[in-house]
Amino acid sequence: MAAVTPILPGDTGEAPATAGPPGRAGRPARRRAWRGVVLIVAAVYFLVPMGASFWFTVHNERQGFSLSTYAEILTAQGFATSMLLSLALAATTIAVVLALTLPAMLAVRLGAPRLGPVLEVLCTLPLVVPPITFVTGISTVLRWGPEYLATTPFWATLIAIQNETFPVVLVMAYVVLGLPFVYRSLDAGLRAIDVRTLVEAARNLGASWPHVMFRVIVPNLRPAIASASFLTLALVLGEYTVAALLGYQTFPVWIVTISGANGRLSVAVSILSLLITWLLLLVLSGAGTKRKDSR
Amino acid sequence: MKTSGVEFRGLRRVFGSTVALDGLDLAVEPGELMALLGPSGCGKTTALRCVAGFEHPDAGAVLIDGKDITRLPANRRDAGMVFQSYSLFPNLNARDNVAFGLRVRKVPAARRHARAAELLELVGLPEHGGRYPHELSGGQQQRVALARALALEPRVLLLDEPLSALDAKVRVTLREEIRRLQLDLGITTIFVTHDQEEALSIADRVAVLRAGRLEQVGPPAEVYDRPATPFVAEFVGAMNHIPGRLSGDEVTVLGGFLPVDGPIPQGPEVDVLVRPEAVVVTPLAVPGASAAERSPSAAGDRALVVASSFRGSSARLRIRLGDLELLADVPGHDAVRLAPGTPVTVDLVHRPVLVAPSTRPTAVTTPGTSSPDGADAAGATPKTPAATPGSAAPESAAPGSRPGSPDGAGTAGATTEASGAAVRRDAR
Repeated sequence: MAAVTPILPGDTGEAPATAGPPGRAGRPARRRAWRGVVLIVAAVYFLVPMGASFWFTVHNERQGFSLSTYAEILTAQGFATSMLLSLALAATTIAVVLALTLPAMLAVRLGAPRLGPVLEVLCTLPLVVPPITFVTGISTVLRWGPEYLATTPFWATLIAIQNETFPVVLVMAYVVLGLPFVYRSLDAGLRAIDVRTLVEAARNLGASWPHVMFRVIVPNLRPAIASASFLTLALVLGEYTVAALLGYQTFPVWIVTISGANGRLSVAVSILSLLITWLLLLVLSGAGTKRKDSR
Repeated sequence: MKTSGVEFRGLRRVFGSTVALDGLDLAVEPGELMALLGPSGCGKTTALRCVAGFEHPDAGAVLIDGKDITRLPANRRDAGMVFQSYSLFPNLNARDNVAFGLRVRKVPAARRHARAAELLELVGLPEHGGRYPHELSGGQQQRVALARALALEPRVLLLDEPLSALDAKVRVTLREEIRRLQLDLGITTIFVTHDQEEALSIADRVAVLRAGRLEQVGPPAEVYDRPATPFVAEFVGAMNHIPGRLSGDEVTVLGGFLPVDGPIPQGPEVDVLVRPEAVVVTPLAVPGASAAERSPSAAGDRALVVASSFRGSSARLRIRLGDLELLADVPGHDAVRLAPGTPVTVDLVHRPVLVAPSTRPTAVTTPGTSSPDGADAAGATPKTPAATPGSAAPESAAPGSRPGSPDGAGTAGATTEASGAAVRRDAR
């Protein structure tokens, strides 16, 4: 607060000199000051814990300042594999969830608008199911499998989706968990464009359905698709309950595992993962706003 | 450019409980601009969408060049469409929008761009190729949309109220340009609109639709001057219904005689259909001044101006004459002399008029009954008009009407026959 107070008299003092009545000219300055206050409060709220975490990882009573914790990360047992697993899971989940929801939402919008609320409820449902209930259900299903089915492809499938190196079952779980976010993002994007007219215009100009999808709908939904992807990415990179209870070493699970042995390292990894997530956000939002130049 | 005819054969489309198209039969000649005119919900857009392939009729067929295309998917119809709402692809600039269809057909980039430039030139936007839709005004967007629809040299051009989102001035210039382009290219065009002025001003023929059926089709002047049904009379321009009395092929109306045009219904009590511009209004304050321009309706009738709406070049007056209310169009510069409250005399321009069987219960068939607004129907004085223009269709106001049909058939016993049944007429 102390940092803001000097701004106020300074700005209002100068305002009348430029033009207009002092009361009106003073208003933008006051508004700017309030913006500053809000920004600072928000920044304090977010940055102080991060700063404290960072300080914890680099400061040490015996050695003073040292970045050795960060150097440790790269060599830490399981870091690379868990990170790569989480990234691969995220990429697959994004691809699957988009391939499922986008055509479904388009079809409902164009062909059966009355099913819209049904789709919305279906996609929002995962929000109200606690993850613990969800994972209990999944593990129950995975454990089920009567002996007489042992020789059938059903069993083989159950086993295959639980493969340690790439657990498809996690992708399936994350697709369900990501549905509400993906639905919301795409819905907002579809609302912003006149889907029906664009589709009809493209069809009228001779475009096939795949052409309509990839040349008309997807380019105009870029921001929505980017935000859906980012939310899914953040979800997968941060999801702990399902992965831990099903016994997979994803990145968040690994962080929790090592935090018992090396507290400093786990905090450093958390900060790093935050930075990675931000970086990916920037990349994705860049892809979302980039306008494809005509050739 | 190739020209093709379009034909609707018994087209029927039902949405839930609404009948959008109820057996529409209509043929559009090659190279013709046909306007589909009607109130909202009359099925005109549905008919157009059936040609484009966005709507599939429940029964009937759409033919282009005599070939049934009813089952053809929309992307293989060869009909360019301009939509009511802005339909340009927001992610593409004007040039790429125009070239979209060519790109779909895998036309090489160089030829594509040349063609797009040519078309943008044609619609008067040669400098705007690099602009994105959000950088163009509404009128410019519709021009680009028109260029895009024409890029593939379609056999038919479909215009779905393309001007309705634009402001008045742009609307007029753009419609004239559409007409000019259409004539230059000689492309068969179907133009859907609810604006009768738009339809009358640019179409070769106007088809008036109502509740999914064709009411009348014909050249604009014919639809305006000789409406086939009361509905057309009301919808295309305003129409006064003035009670009159038939004697031979003349009709006595407002104390004068006028020759009758078209079919002559039976029974002496009739409605004389008069356009507002055929009503001559003279202020009483200047007696004798208008004697020369008066029609043989002689002395004229004393009346009172009750309302006036100024439209620049003209003004529309609402005039009360006894129980009767009339609409009259007078030149704009007369509007001041004819302000509301001015006593006036009303005459009719002396020219043949259309008559329709009376829409009021007559003194002969229903003695003593009151007309719809409660006025006394007995006696020889003019009765209350059944409907003023702009109100509901005459049939609904007074059951028992029967529009005159040009072939003169079915006029007997008109007042008791089928009320509300739309009589169709194909004027060709």
